[in-house]
Parts: sequence; C-alpha cells; structure tokens
Amino acid sequence: MRESTVPRPFVDRLLSAHGWLVYLFFYAPIVVLAVFSFNDNSRVGVWTEPSLRWYGEMFNNQAIMRSISNTLIVAAISTAVSVVLGTAAAISMERFRFKGQRTLDGLLYLPIIIPDVTMAVMMLLFFVQAFDLFAGLTGIRLNLGLGSISLAHIAFNISFVAVVVRARLAGMDPNLSEAAADLYATPWQTFRKVTLPLIMPGVAGGALLALTLSLDDVVVTSFVTGPGSTTLPVYVFGLVRREVSPLINAVSTAMLVASILLVAISLGFQRRSGGRAGLTETDEGDTDETAQMAGRLSRVGADSGGLR
Amino acid sequence: MVDSVERTAADTAVDLELRAERAESRRGFLIGLPAYFYLVLFFAVPLLIVVVYSFATRTRTGATALEGWNLDSWIRVFSGTPAQVFLRSLALAAATTVISLIFSYPFAYWIATRTPRMRAILLVLVMIPFWSNFLVRTYAMKFLMGSDGPLSLLSQALGGEPVRILFTIWAVLIGLVYGYMPFMILPLYAALERLDWSLVEAARDLYADGWTAFRKVTLPLSMPGVVAGSVLVFIPALGAYVTPAILGGGRPPYLGDYIVSQFLSARNWPFGSALSVAVMFVMLIATVLYFRKGGRTL
Repeated sequence: MRESTVPRPFVDRLLSAHGWLVYLFFYAPIVVLAVFSFNDNSRVGVWTEPSLRWYGEMFNNQAIMRSISNTLIVAAISTAVSVVLGTAAAISMERFRFKGQRTLDGLLYLPIIIPDVTMAVMMLLFFVQAFDLFAGLTGIRLNLGLGSISLAHIAFNISFVAVVVRARLAGMDPNLSEAAADLYATPWQTFRKVTLPLIMPGVAGGALLALTLSLDDVVVTSFVTGPGSTTLPVYVFGLVRREVSPLINAVSTAMLVASILLVAISLGFQRRSGGRAGLTETDEGDTDETAQMAGRLSRVGADSGGLR
Repeated sequence: MVDSVERTAADTAVDLELRAERAESRRGFLIGLPAYFYLVLFFAVPLLIVVVYSFATRTRTGATALEGWNLDSWIRVFSGTPAQVFLRSLALAAATTVISLIFSYPFAYWIATRTPRMRAILLVLVMIPFWSNFLVRTYAMKFLMGSDGPLSLLSQALGGEPVRILFTIWAVLIGLVYGYMPFMILPLYAALERLDWSLVEAARDLYADGWTAFRKVTLPLSMPGVVAGSVLVFIPALGAYVTPAILGGGRPPYLGDYIVSQFLSARNWPFGSALSVAVMFVMLIATVLYFRKGGRTL
C-alpha cells in the first residue's frame, strides 16, 4: 500500500479509536463475567473477595457433571462421524463429475442455510415418526436421548465439514493426485499419501468447526433430548433464562476457556500441518504465516458464518 | 479392409475411454454415497415430514392428526399475531444488520489497513469471540445489563439510576449485534484485504480526494463483502431464539421463540411446522441473493 492510500492521520486516529472501542464491546462482557466468577459473594454484582467457591460447587454438582459428560460423548461421536462422511462428500463433489451432482450439492448446502429452529422442528418430528414406525414394526419403543442428539448433530455437521474441506481441495493442485495415479498408486494409496496430507488443515478445520457447533448447540439439542441426556448448553440455557447466579458465571467461564483452548490448539495444529505440507497461500499476498492462518480461519468463518 | 480395422481400433479406444470415465464418475458418486444417504435419511426426509405436518390437523388434545389435510395453519401464518411476529422479527433482524454494518465497516477497514503483523493479531482477537460459545456470550450480556449487575451497581455507586435495560427490545438488539457482528466483520475484512489498492492510488493520482476515492472506488469494490456480511447477520438474527429468550425474556415474542412455543407449550405442531417452513423460505431467498451477489468469492 502506498502513501496516498493510507488514511490521513486524523482519520486514522479516529479509525483506531473506533477499532479499540469495538474490541472493548467484544471483550468487556466476557472479561467482567470471568472476573466475577471468582467472586465469593452470592449476590452476583457485589464484589467481596476472590475465591474458587463457585468452581468447587460446579464440580460437586451432579447434574452439571452429568451434562458435561453427555456433551462430550455427543461431540466426540458427531465430530468423528461427520469428519469422515463430510470429507468423503467433499472429495466426491470437488474431484468427480456424476449425474445428479447438482441436486446432491444443494442437499449438502441446505443444512448450513436452514435456521436452527427449523432444523430442530424437523428433527423432532422425524424422530417422533421414526419411533412410531419402529414401534409398529418391532414392538420396541425407542426414546429420545444421546442417540437422537448425536444423529441430529451429524446431520448438520456433515455439511460444515464438507464446506471447509472443499475450500481446501479447491486450492489444491489436482495434478498431484494424477501424478500419483500415473505412478501406479492405487486410488487408496493416492488418497492416503497425497490427497489426505494436503487437505489435512481443511479436515482439521472442519473437525474443529464440527466440534464447536456440537459443543455449542442449544436449539436442536433441546428438541431431541430425553430424560437424563441433557447436554451442558441445554442445561445452562435452562438456568440462564431464569436467573443470573455466580454458579452460572463459573460454568460459563469454564466453557469460554474450553473454546479458547480449542482455537489455540487448532491454530497450533494448522501451523504445523500447513508447514509440513509445504503449501503456500498465494492468494493471501501475506508472507506472514500467522496472517495466513487468520485469513484461512476467516474464510472458514465466513463460509460457515451465520449459520448456526 | 485396413481402413475398417483402424476405425474399430479407434472406436475401441473411445469406448474404453468412455467406460473409464463412467467408472470414474461412478466411483466419485460411491465415495460420497454414505454422506448423501445420511443427508437424505436425516435431512431430506425430516424436511418432507415438516412440510406434510404443516397441512395436518391439530386435535382438541393438542396431538397432531395426520388426516383431514387443510390449509388452516398456512392461512394463520399470514394473519394477525403471527404476521406481527414475522414483521417484528424482520424489523429486528434488519436493524441488527444495519447497526452491525455501520460499526463493522470502519472496523474491518481499520484492520485491513494495518501492517501484516498487526493485522494477524487483530484478526485473532476477532476470532476468539467468534469461536466462543454463543450462549455464554449472550449470558455475559445479561449479567452485565441486569439491574443487580456490575453496570447497574457502578451507576448507583456514582449516584445514578440503576440500569433498566434487560428484558426490553434494546437489550435484544444489543445482544444480537454483540452475537453476530463477527459474521459481518470477517467477510468485510476478506473483501477489503484483497482489494486492489492500486485502483485507489489511481483515483488519488487523478486528483480524487480521499472521500471521493473511497466512495467511488473502495466502497463499490468491497460491495461483495457488504452483501455477504449482511446476509450472514440477517439470517441467524431472523431465526434467533437464544438471544430473545435470554435478553428479552420471551416477551414480546420473536419468530424463534414463537415457533418453539408452538411445540413446547402451545402444542400446535401443524402451525409450528408451517411457521418453520415459512422462515426457511425467507432464508432461502436471502441465501440465493447471497450467492448471486458474490458470496462464493469469499
């Protein structure tokens, strides 16, 4: 960028001030929340002295601990399944041409576009009908629970994984896998040794997105949950609607720390695998590796955006 | 004789190639088949069920009778209270989008005009709230705004009034902007960052002042980012359920909580289904707009 396109000092100072105010808007609520989660007073807004009292209560709360383990089970299952299915769908869409592809492409995008509430309603009615049908056929009555939650999460996660992996595949040189095929590698060998390592950052990004969406979901889960299978967000949502309490502050802060850790791990992972695969993001125009990472993440964010 | 042999050989070659191509395309389909099968069973079929339910009858007990198909639920969607809820949510989503745009544009512009190193840091700082749990962030807002919260107590300590904003439409609006603004910032940044600044230079060289160059060059070139960001904010804001429930207290109802209440409290599933399908159509229209106006360039 040349001198003439840099904003004038006065405008620049105004922009900077505005920028930092926006960050203040983003961070002040969560920082205040985190600070007050260490407050001993049970009246939430009044600071008395620092303590870990509410974290202790959190760990002694059976319902919270149970919901945490439910959340982790669902997140692990739905992430694992949707990463495999979503990556396969991405390769099938991006690397091949077949009849009916456009229709399936639309089907693959739809879960991203569809609003949470509609998805939740769809899943509830589907399971009601499916369970009725199953009971009619076998006489066994199935119930909503971790199974239905996981199935519902996979249904929206496949599409998110596919979008992220496709973005990666689109930037990859198809000649590389052709070269492998010319050298008599079987399709599976080509996938294992060439394609997969190259798209690994995309797969990891998709996995992180799927994991985050699964860990965060309130609306869909609350429609297909059953007794005893409540997840942490659904449990916290129930509490949060009614009250503000230091216990919720502690749980919320723990959830925040967990998501920040996830992002940090993924940034570290992407940095390593991006370096190993020897890929350079030429379209970024940035030489700085961190900037590339952020750019990549922002595209993932923009792709996935909004949607959930 | 020789000629016909040659032709057969050529035909065979073409034939083989065609067959290989067909095998290849079949392989491509088979690779994706598990995912497609899953989406048909757990997405397309449920979608169809919801559409079917929207024409069903609600019985006296609140159960749904899959008979006596009618348009009652659909007629109700466009009448009285439901239409009001729809309009209220549309207005709220539009306000959220415009406010987010007003604050995000200078913000994204600011980040895009920093040095690469600074840009990376600033972007990660946007990413953190973006990836953080949405429910928790909304709760943080509730905690801050509450009449018993830190803001209110601070104001009282300074001799002012307690803050009474929670459970108003303003609280919902602030919460939605807080929740969805990163979705506006990221595509705007993506558009501004890849903008060809030499075009702006050219405008300046031709004696355009800063404002004119911005209006005539920068702004039009970043339009795809504006459209993408607006759609990405508008869509979830329209169907929002968590934010109005927590910060608005569910009153007055917005689309999200209105639909949910049809299933959990009012037990009118056909009407709830009709509403969900209607919301989906609005989103589809918005999304088609998004893809037309350069959403794919992100």
